[in-house]
Amino acid sequence: MTRHVTRPRLIAASFGLLALVIFAVPPGSATPPVERRVEIDATQFEFAPGRIVVNRGDHVTIHLTASDVVHGFYLDGYGFEQRVEPGVAQELAFVADRAGKFRYRCAVPCGPLHPFMIGELVVNANTPYWRAIGVVFSAAAGMLIFLWQAGKTESLEENTHETQPRF
Amino acid sequence: MLNQGRIDLLERMPPLKRVLKARAFQPAMMLLTLAVFTLAILAGLAGTPAGNRNFGIVFVWIVWWALLIAVLVPFFGRLWCTVCPIPAPGEWLQRRAIVQRRPGRLWTRGLRWPRRLKNIWLQNLGFLGVALFSTIILTRPNVSAWVLLSFLLAGVVLSALYRNRVFCRYVCPVGGFIGLYSMLAPVELRVADPDVCVAHKTKDCLTGNEFGYGCPWMTYPGSLQRNAACGLCFECLKTCPKNNIVLNLRAPGGDLLVADERRLDEAYKAFIMLGCALLYSAVLLGPWGWLKAWANMHTLPHWGLYALGFVVLNLAILPGTFGAAVWLARRIARQPQPLRRLIVDYAYALIPLGLAAWIAFTFGFVLVNGSYALAALSDPFGWGWDLFGTASTPWTPLGESVLPFLQVGVLTAGLLFALHTTYKIARQNSAQHRAAFLATLPISGFAVLITLGFLRLYLG
Repeated sequence: MTRHVTRPRLIAASFGLLALVIFAVPPGSATPPVERRVEIDATQFEFAPGRIVVNRGDHVTIHLTASDVVHGFYLDGYGFEQRVEPGVAQELAFVADRAGKFRYRCAVPCGPLHPFMIGELVVNANTPYWRAIGVVFSAAAGMLIFLWQAGKTESLEENTHETQPRF
Repeated sequence: MLNQGRIDLLERMPPLKRVLKARAFQPAMMLLTLAVFTLAILAGLAGTPAGNRNFGIVFVWIVWWALLIAVLVPFFGRLWCTVCPIPAPGEWLQRRAIVQRRPGRLWTRGLRWPRRLKNIWLQNLGFLGVALFSTIILTRPNVSAWVLLSFLLAGVVLSALYRNRVFCRYVCPVGGFIGLYSMLAPVELRVADPDVCVAHKTKDCLTGNEFGYGCPWMTYPGSLQRNAACGLCFECLKTCPKNNIVLNLRAPGGDLLVADERRLDEAYKAFIMLGCALLYSAVLLGPWGWLKAWANMHTLPHWGLYALGFVVLNLAILPGTFGAAVWLARRIARQPQPLRRLIVDYAYALIPLGLAAWIAFTFGFVLVNGSYALAALSDPFGWGWDLFGTASTPWTPLGESVLPFLQVGVLTAGLLFALHTTYKIARQNSAQHRAAFLATLPISGFAVLITLGFLRLYLG
């Protein structure tokens, strides 16, 4: 009987904890927004720099160049795309108003590894990442609590069964 | 008792049973996939060298791969092996027939497969070999085509030398991991009553009869406890005169708890798959251009370093770290079993996490690059054709906003499954619940760390 009552409660508690972690982490950053100018150079098959870190609300201007062949620049999450030819620089300006990690990808086929020509824009505070860590920890903790409790109940039931007289 | 808590799909769905019993079903599916496979090879050899415009790359490494790892394997186990075109020419030559059951012996030299190789070590090495060159194979249509062609030729040669599907069972690098992860699937082929098989003298499922061939996978259905060695060819369904074969719907992952069939080669497969998912995520989806250049054989010494790191991580670092976690688990739980035995046992808990990792990795490139399929469908060789009017479809990344949620969801589900399996395995090795729970902790710690590693790569 205990088993039937305890398990749903435990599962509910674990999911409650999960939900708390997902929604309790405050979004946004305490740092005031600034103007950021970033120079990105595209060559087969990498962007330099491969990783840019800004804060949420920053006004970002990307100065984009290509050193070998024609490349493209597509930013996940923000959805804008720009073609860039060698010798002709391009500029992209936007407000980093979404927190998280967003990949920028080459949008013009440039050679065999083109689909994997990827860079990363991290907009801090990277709340999706920290929330994901919270989800993983609370889910693991919930599962361990569940296993502990369910195993204990099962052991008790087994022991009771073993000590009962057999007819 | 064996099939308790399971639903026999063949009993519930008689039309499904009729289809699976029909001799024409499997060859028809194989002919279809063989046609696509042939087109992929031809496109690879004669089509454009631009991978994103070539049917051979787009349909094999984006469409087929996504279907295999995110749908077929997790939900249907070895169903791909039912329709796989690779062993088809060899098997048809061996049988000298495609559909009908031809009486007489198989057309083969009938050599004995070495006892030492009756495991998946060759498949482990084959997968590692392909994985080492994967950056080249995934992006060069001609290389990809030669690899596929070599699989096909290996299937034919081995069929000519050995009986049945030796290639599928012991050699195919893809079949190795499909077998491993098929143990998680909610579908299983089993017998309804093993006692019927014991009492049945002629064993038609092994020897064959007028309705079908003996099991091409050299598996005896009567003692089948796991999906790993059953290729779902359904020959036993055709040959069984006792109507004793069932196709069950079940709770996923029960095979991981079959203690007496756990082996070191499968444990290593679990390590290799997890390690490769981690490395692929870093190399192909990461921002490190130098790492891509090394993997892409920019220079031979750099590739050598990459290959060394790849092999050491997969064969030593990952198993070694996991071994340390198991050592700790054994110590705190005072488990009397030998350490090697426990490492093998607990490695099966990494199977759900590994599959989840592969699905998360696959989402990472398939959603973004899936739109290439429309263009490649209309113009498979990249020669300027427009068969279906979709050749000019622009590259349109899909789902990049929901991608992190999908990846976190899948990884968390895989982790929870792994922790649950760890405890169940620990319970098999400990008389007391408390000891089993204590043993679960270090291995759970390892699984959480691996999951955090993936999160760092995808979201951090």
